[in-house]
Amino acid sequence: MSTVSAPTTLGVPADRPTKVTATRSSESGRSQTSRSRRLLGLLAIVVAVAWVFPIYWMINSAFQPLNKLQAENPAWLPFGGTVANFRQVINDGTFWQAMRTSLAVVVIVLIAALIFAFLAALAVSRFRFKGRKSFILTILVVQMIPAEGLFISQYQVLDGWGMVNKISGLALVYTAAILPFTIWMLRGFVAGVPIELEEAAMVDGLSRVGAFFRITFPLLAPGLVAAGVFGFLQAWNEYTLALVVMTDPAQRTLPLWLQGLVESNRATDWGVVMAGSALIAIPVIVFFLFVQGKMTSGLVSGAVKG
Amino acid sequence: MAATAPTVSGTPTPSVPPTRRRRPKLGVYSLLVPASIVIGIALGYPLVRQFVISFQEFGLKQQFGAPAEWVGLQNYTDLLTDSYVWTVIGRSIAFCLVNAVVTMLIGVSLAVLMQRVGRSARITLQVSLLLAWGTPVLASMTVWQWLFDTQNGVINWVLSNVLGMDSMAQHSWIIEPLSFFFVATVIVVWMSVPFVAFSVYAGLLQVPSETMEAAQLDGASARQRFWGITIPMIRPVLSIVLLLQVIWDLKVFTQIYVLQRAGAPTRDTNLLGTLIYSYSKEFGMAGALATIMLVLTLALTGFYIRQMLKEDEL
Repeated sequence: MSTVSAPTTLGVPADRPTKVTATRSSESGRSQTSRSRRLLGLLAIVVAVAWVFPIYWMINSAFQPLNKLQAENPAWLPFGGTVANFRQVINDGTFWQAMRTSLAVVVIVLIAALIFAFLAALAVSRFRFKGRKSFILTILVVQMIPAEGLFISQYQVLDGWGMVNKISGLALVYTAAILPFTIWMLRGFVAGVPIELEEAAMVDGLSRVGAFFRITFPLLAPGLVAAGVFGFLQAWNEYTLALVVMTDPAQRTLPLWLQGLVESNRATDWGVVMAGSALIAIPVIVFFLFVQGKMTSGLVSGAVKG
Repeated sequence: MAATAPTVSGTPTPSVPPTRRRRPKLGVYSLLVPASIVIGIALGYPLVRQFVISFQEFGLKQQFGAPAEWVGLQNYTDLLTDSYVWTVIGRSIAFCLVNAVVTMLIGVSLAVLMQRVGRSARITLQVSLLLAWGTPVLASMTVWQWLFDTQNGVINWVLSNVLGMDSMAQHSWIIEPLSFFFVATVIVVWMSVPFVAFSVYAGLLQVPSETMEAAQLDGASARQRFWGITIPMIRPVLSIVLLLQVIWDLKVFTQIYVLQRAGAPTRDTNLLGTLIYSYSKEFGMAGALATIMLVLTLALTGFYIRQMLKEDEL
């Protein structure tokens, strides 16, 4: 599950100003600094271009007809391109079938994981009870267990329950995989809402439940969104467990479908493969860019709080 | 907001939640039930079961109903006396360390670079890294296979036509194990660096500029300031990120598996994850090998985890 399980501490919003370097004393120092700064800026741009090139190449190739892809010299720009590759992918029924499977799995996983994690986070951050520390410790340790060291056994267990090749089976192992981190993250958010706010509302005549839903819950919304985004990216992109659980081609999720597309077109038509990759990647990338900034502040404060 | 939330007014111990006296204890535990059940049946039970089965003969026959026989440590001794398994373990550790170190070096350098350049250059770099970070792993894998393609891959084209290395014209990158792991490393590093760069950059922003100015007034050179102040101050971020890299790179599966499917010799390129997968019909052996992998993960990371637990008060 953890192929993308990155956003533990996440970055910073792109536009946050840097508190760079100290004061510069002399004129010569300044001009020297600005020159080295410009050189470094150039270096940053070069690195940026190199890093983004594979993604550009995916999009560029997706618009190229086969004869251009196999030409002696590569076509660097998608001018005079074609959308035939995309049409071929979209007209293939297996793409939509995989899309439906992926959507079903992700919806189940998100609903289950968010509700269950929220309840657990509420318990560990708002109450003190026996076994609280061991629960938190378990959550921490479970996160360290590599799915790759467990997938054969998970397959076997699901098989025994008749849940192999079932959306419910894959959703179960996904939910279990993202729950620990989701609890960990939401715990920080719940703890971040001062209980005095709730108590003040109760003094003003609200019931405990009323105070919770009117006061605390709205303040937790960003945390729930961040956790939801994290879970979505995990479940949507996951490959390893899907490979083990969904052995029937009719039950493929999108990543499995893409791998199937590569294997049937590798030698023949990379344009179709790139169109398929782009169709899968671009919505996720756009979504990721859109939420990254919003997620970040929440994630960082959630993580700092710990 | 979270960092400044005191629980009981005035007491600076935010990690200890307030007690609620009026609620019956049972209610609290029922909040934990759903999450515990899911984690228990989908992670805990398979883990325990795998451990038990690793002491059993559990092959095809047992999958069709034959009773599993207890064989004690047989599976473990079979594995650990097999020189091939040791080769794979060594290979996995080497791959893990090389990838983690290269990722850290590039990631930290890019974080420092982000801090030292102007706004527009920084944003360009950040957007580019975010694009790579957001790309689904399977999509990244297909693109990189296409870039390294033997016939029409752009990398071979550049090497032979621009850099004049004619022998690279029809070069197959994944046939040779060393070259296979080079390709795998390029892909893994490309995917992992953004996370490291952004995390470390966030850490760098926390270093107070007053400290740096004071050090500069005291005559510390830029290099001294970096190694003497910046690095020690961002050490917590560095160690968490390094820990995660080691864990992730040790269990790497998808990248290796997909590259193997592209036509690489499996036996020469197996790492622990793909080796376990290859035992998918021998549950006993798979269980034993998975247990070995878990122990290995703990051995490589246990020290750090203990350190983190000590620092982070639950």
